Amino acid sequence: MGNNDTGNKFGKEGFIETLLKVVNSSGLPAQVEIAGNEVHLAIPKEKVAELGAHLCREQGFELIQLLGNDEREINGHFALYYVFAQNHEGLVALVKIVVPEGEPSFPSLTPVVPAAHWYEREIRDFFGLEPKGHPDIRRLALHKDWPKGLFPLRKDFKLRTEVPRTGGKFTFSRVEGEGVMQIPVGPIHAGIIEPGHFRFSAVGENVLNLEARFFYTHRGMEKTAEGKTPRQGVLLAERICGACSFSHSSAYCLAVEKLSGTVIPRRAEFIRTVGLELERLYNHIGDVGNICAGVGFAFGTMHGARLKEEMQHLNETVFGSRFLRGINTPGGVRRDLKAEDARLILDTLERVEREFRELTEILLTTESYLDRVQGTGILRPEIARALHAVGPAARAAGIGRDARRDLPHLVYQSLEFKVPVYAEGDVLSRVKVRIDETFESIGLIRQALKLMPPGELRVLLGELPPYGYAVGITESARGENVHFVMAGPDGTVFRHMVRSASYCNWAVVPSTVPGNIVPDFPLINKSFELCYSCLDR
Amino acid sequence: MLRLFQKSIKTGIVTTSYPEQPDFPAEGFRGLPARAQEKCHQCGNCAEVCLSGAITVRQGDSNTSGVFWTLDPKRCLFCGYCAEDCPSGAITMGREFELAERAEMPELADGVKSESDNVKKIFGRSVHIRHLDAGSCNGCDWEMTTLTGPVYDVQRLGFDFVASPRHADILMVTGPVTRNLEIAALKTYRATPAPKLVVAVGTCACSGGICGKNYTSAGGVNQILPVDVYIPGCPPRPQALIRGLLKAVGR
Repeated sequence: MGNNDTGNKFGKEGFIETLLKVVNSSGLPAQVEIAGNEVHLAIPKEKVAELGAHLCREQGFELIQLLGNDEREINGHFALYYVFAQNHEGLVALVKIVVPEGEPSFPSLTPVVPAAHWYEREIRDFFGLEPKGHPDIRRLALHKDWPKGLFPLRKDFKLRTEVPRTGGKFTFSRVEGEGVMQIPVGPIHAGIIEPGHFRFSAVGENVLNLEARFFYTHRGMEKTAEGKTPRQGVLLAERICGACSFSHSSAYCLAVEKLSGTVIPRRAEFIRTVGLELERLYNHIGDVGNICAGVGFAFGTMHGARLKEEMQHLNETVFGSRFLRGINTPGGVRRDLKAEDARLILDTLERVEREFRELTEILLTTESYLDRVQGTGILRPEIARALHAVGPAARAAGIGRDARRDLPHLVYQSLEFKVPVYAEGDVLSRVKVRIDETFESIGLIRQALKLMPPGELRVLLGELPPYGYAVGITESARGENVHFVMAGPDGTVFRHMVRSASYCNWAVVPSTVPGNIVPDFPLINKSFELCYSCLDR
Repeated sequence: MLRLFQKSIKTGIVTTSYPEQPDFPAEGFRGLPARAQEKCHQCGNCAEVCLSGAITVRQGDSNTSGVFWTLDPKRCLFCGYCAEDCPSGAITMGREFELAERAEMPELADGVKSESDNVKKIFGRSVHIRHLDAGSCNGCDWEMTTLTGPVYDVQRLGFDFVASPRHADILMVTGPVTRNLEIAALKTYRATPAPKLVVAVGTCACSGGICGKNYTSAGGVNQILPVDVYIPGCPPRPQALIRGLLKAVGR
């Protein structure tokens, strides 16, 4: 962070002024447009590394999303969109560059802004655009047996194309030397969990290096969204991930509503806020319990599971879905919170709060538990910053980043809450962040239920401007989610790119494992508690 | 240590009495859509708004009332759009959720015949399950995890989850089978000793669901493996999973 000492003016004017200053001083022929809390600008592609470096290194901006788009039917070119945010301003800058079809490459931002690393590899896989100067251009999203020269997110690639398998090889980075063993784990794991492949280089039990391979659960969700109506898009957004259903559907709806200039009723904003916090609660409570499974402490696992079940049962009773699906719709919400629902929520929270406090007091005073979680799996703040780690993982590593406060949405600005930050970056800190946030979330729900005004639940969604675009941002239990939506000429979705919290955080997990022993990996992994489907889409 | 015992004793028994006692979801739960024949104007709107193609209507055949409207639970996302958009209010979201069904014809793969018919005798009350994630959104997976918790506790019913397919009798498969997991899914199936059962869990596994069939999705487990029992739901409630497991082993 540390962006308070750069002499910037706060607020929208300061933000735009900074951007313009950067753009003008580098002599860029840029076009600037301002829409709501978004500043849209287009620059020549040669200038993007320069601008990115200046924004991120000197002006305290962060790259929070980067995506490719096939706009050949509009202007004959591909385009890339870089989303930069400057915390505490509540504003984002969307920088567009154009990549001509005849010259399918762009300068890599990764050497100056490392957080761009996976986005650029994904763009190479999905669109066939080369990031020039990227230090690692191995495939990311497509696996080794995908044919060369076939790019699934180009518009001339049909969704239902049958793609043959070809040979191919993926090279893992490995450590050579006497006694160094390679341990392959996955993609199918031993528990009831999602698939991914982990490759350890270890001497005995000591891990020297870990490399992870993902995108096993790539289901083509973004391609499937193309051509769908805004309402159908919600069904896809909430099925990106089970445990983050509501934060995804909320971020998607916020993007679509911003794009169409739709102002949703205040009551709907309150209901969404309650939904987001209920989602955080069942996740955080479940995770604090589940981390105990990583140390073989069944008492904690079982009590955590019991309280999580109580929260999911509450979700179903109040909202009709244990995963809070079917509530969001573009223009508002489909379900009201009646007075008796509010009472039920408050009663349940009172009980769960008391029980959770008891449980965590026991956990944090149990030596055998502390012995395993303290100092284990340390996320270094410089890595967290460079790769834009988010959510509890970042907050446990000294980075006080929370989209609810920094990029305010829904009714969070009217509610009081603290953003807990711990400096150690170990498993214990990640547990502590979740414990503190659980109590904050309970407080947020109490405030929201008290302040919730009566009124309508939804309004008709306005028209989506052809090829207009916007981003929607929410803070899920795992960190900020960023949804980019561009409309097509007929009011359907032209492009939907989902950058989940797990997208950012999976990239930092391997850095936390070397120096630990192999049996600590499940524990470290659980303490991040990331979704594979959120990344793979 | 004493505190742990104290806490657990104070908590008491939290395990559900399902399946001995039936379970009814709260009002407002979206189970299987139901159509009131007499209210239906046969406009076909419901089929049009159904993203996963669960509803089919046959136009201009109102005399054969029974076949005019069909709903495939294995494709249903339980989103409620059909009910919300029905101009005559003929469709309501019911509360039915125990939707497990046996495959009509046990299919063949690797020359191993599905053992559905005499499973009760073979497996009795000791059934070991291996989870196989073939590209789910993790919703179904989390509900399966819930089965091992204190509330649903499937061990009391003789089921347990194991870490290797080599120890398993049943593969519970979630997800539509993605391209990048197809080979792993086949290997897992082959590593499971016969006799074995395959249970497709959730709408994606049953039919491809929201993904359908596309460049990276096979469009359902039965495209790759012989499925014995389907458990629809998006995701299925834990009770629906228990019902499906019991059905799989003929109990």
